[in-house]
Amino acid sequence: MGKVYRTHILVCAGTGCVASGSLKVRDKMISEIERHGLKDEVMVASTGCNGFCAAGPITIVHPEGIFYKRLNVDDVPFFIEELLIKGRTVKKHLFTEEQRNEQIPIMNDIGFFKNQVLVVLKNRALIDPDVIDEYIGRDGYLPTSKALLEMTPDQIVEEVLTSGLRGRGGAGFSTGMKWKFCKEAKGEVKYILCNADEGDPGAFMDRSVLESDPHAVLEGMIIGGKAIGAHKGYIYVRAEYPLAIQRLNTAIGQARDYGLLGENIFGSGFDFDIELYYGAGAFVCGEETALMQSIEGKRGMPRPRPPFPAHKGLWAKPTVLNNVETFANIPQIIMRGGAWFASLGTETSKGTKVFALTGDVTNIGLIEVPMGITLRQIVYDIGGGIKNDKGLKAIQIGGPSGGCLPASIIDTPVDYESIVKTGAIVGSGGMVVMDEGNCMVDIAKFFLGFTAEESCGKCTPCRVGTAILLEKLTDISEGRGKDGDIEILETVGRNIISSSLCGLGQTAPNPILTTIRYFRDEYEAHIYDKKCPAKRCKALITFAIDPEKCTGCTLCKRNCPQQCISGEKKMPHTIDQSLCIRCSLCYDSCKFDAITVA
Amino acid sequence: MAKLKIDDLKKIKEKVQGTIAIRDGSHRAKITVHMGTCGIAAGARTILNAFMDEVNRRGVTDVILTTSGCAGLCSKEPMATVEVRGAAPVKYIELDEEKAKRIFADHVMDEKPVIEFALVQGSETTY
Repeated sequence: MGKVYRTHILVCAGTGCVASGSLKVRDKMISEIERHGLKDEVMVASTGCNGFCAAGPITIVHPEGIFYKRLNVDDVPFFIEELLIKGRTVKKHLFTEEQRNEQIPIMNDIGFFKNQVLVVLKNRALIDPDVIDEYIGRDGYLPTSKALLEMTPDQIVEEVLTSGLRGRGGAGFSTGMKWKFCKEAKGEVKYILCNADEGDPGAFMDRSVLESDPHAVLEGMIIGGKAIGAHKGYIYVRAEYPLAIQRLNTAIGQARDYGLLGENIFGSGFDFDIELYYGAGAFVCGEETALMQSIEGKRGMPRPRPPFPAHKGLWAKPTVLNNVETFANIPQIIMRGGAWFASLGTETSKGTKVFALTGDVTNIGLIEVPMGITLRQIVYDIGGGIKNDKGLKAIQIGGPSGGCLPASIIDTPVDYESIVKTGAIVGSGGMVVMDEGNCMVDIAKFFLGFTAEESCGKCTPCRVGTAILLEKLTDISEGRGKDGDIEILETVGRNIISSSLCGLGQTAPNPILTTIRYFRDEYEAHIYDKKCPAKRCKALITFAIDPEKCTGCTLCKRNCPQQCISGEKKMPHTIDQSLCIRCSLCYDSCKFDAITVA
Repeated sequence: MAKLKIDDLKKIKEKVQGTIAIRDGSHRAKITVHMGTCGIAAGARTILNAFMDEVNRRGVTDVILTTSGCAGLCSKEPMATVEVRGAAPVKYIELDEEKAKRIFADHVMDEKPVIEFALVQGSETTY
């Protein structure tokens, strides 16, 4: 029986909160609690990412489960005194929901948390990811013991098939089928790989799972190893994830100490161990065949399939590669049964999905929702709507492989099939919400810039095609668009899709094709009217000063880096268009709305 | 470190359960020790420690212990409120260590309020 504390103060130590100083907050809390002589009554622990990154540094106080936002080091002495000495809720740091304009103390009453369903992230903000005992305290490693001691490989595969779990990396292939193919493949040596090469701009689902619950991923891999007959696993994690790597190394070390990795696990006779492999950050290495080449020490480039990895994968041995989130689902499928998992979600898309919700939405963070939830529920019920009272324009889903969906189809349910019908893909879980101020041509250009850069160059249609698309988009956004450009974008895009070897090329044109499909008028405005309706494309806009509104305060003049604004004090100012670089600093600084953009 | 057997998982779980159960939000009983200035001056910390010792000694995991500010009846401190799920809360007054132990045994464990130490049943109406 562990020691009982009257109060637990859990400080979020996910990457977002660490960046805003949460580790210093934790240390200060510990020293303040010691100063007040409360060390034996109060426990301070750090947890993995809580998800509500926009409100960091985040602290949660149990048993009441009260959520405190933006609690910085300087706030700690007051906080500790109010909370622990005087026994009060510290109102200053409570969360306020804008629409309701009231403070909400209890974490699970906050819309952001209330509307989520946690399977993969069930331990987030509840356990210290660096302490294996806390994981075991929440039934950790029981699924492994069940799989190793009570189940045959066939039974494990059957359970995963029943669950209907599909790969969470983007393509959505049935995990159970993948395991079944590899189990049936002939070979003494097999491998199980975890794809933690998360590279979509703005996405951090896998990082968060690895940081907040690394043991769940290890367990998923051990169970998968038993199912297919592999004794060795690799986690391919990008080197840009130092905290995830550190927590994984700690977790693997602790699991080895406990004999949960290594020889004869739980006395079952089954041996399994895991090694980390650090990726150098090439986007294409998230593609399965390229990833395997990279582990083998070769240049990361995809190869044709078949043979599929289930027959000939890493070092030409039968191999299963699953995504971090897919593995993190496995322990609970084993423990609670495939049928339980299949009861969540829709007819064809089971379970939950983790999304990194970001962009112009009020509550930015990491969320887990049941499959089949609508985009509207995500943006408004969980995300709290659009920031600064602006209107919703589009939702970008699936990162550089996905597409921009307009506000008009916001009632689309989030499941693999419905999203594919819109022209986007569920992808690994990036979701960027955009308000009216975003230009769709500019967004497409951003993503094409990314894929053109990351194309490995093996297939000519992808290497040359993405460069052509990027060049065309640049022309359009800089006022050099011509009649027929839209048709060229569509034709080249479709050709890249049909003639590229791997997922990178096969999805790279999606951002263009969806924006043309839903926002064709915006492309036309750029090409024919030489106007950017969202006023984002610098070559197509001009800044001017309204002499009626200008008070001659000189603020814009002082802020202008080009010194191209002239005018006497208290007299209307003017902008010299020949020197203006359209940096928007005058617009941003004017207090009288006197700067116009056209 | 020796290799874990399946029974060891249970032992580790039991060991940490008491510590982390509090974060679950599920509990059978809740004890609130009123620790305003008046409560602290009258010795509320001794009461809190007595309750904490009982929780530790008995190894119960479904009881949570918390503190609050002044209950408004400063002359009757130290005070505590015990809430057992499904029953009305009971406020106890003029506590000492012995009384706290009795309350824990009778009310928290056996769910029988200790009438002679109690001030009143129920809480004020709040708006």
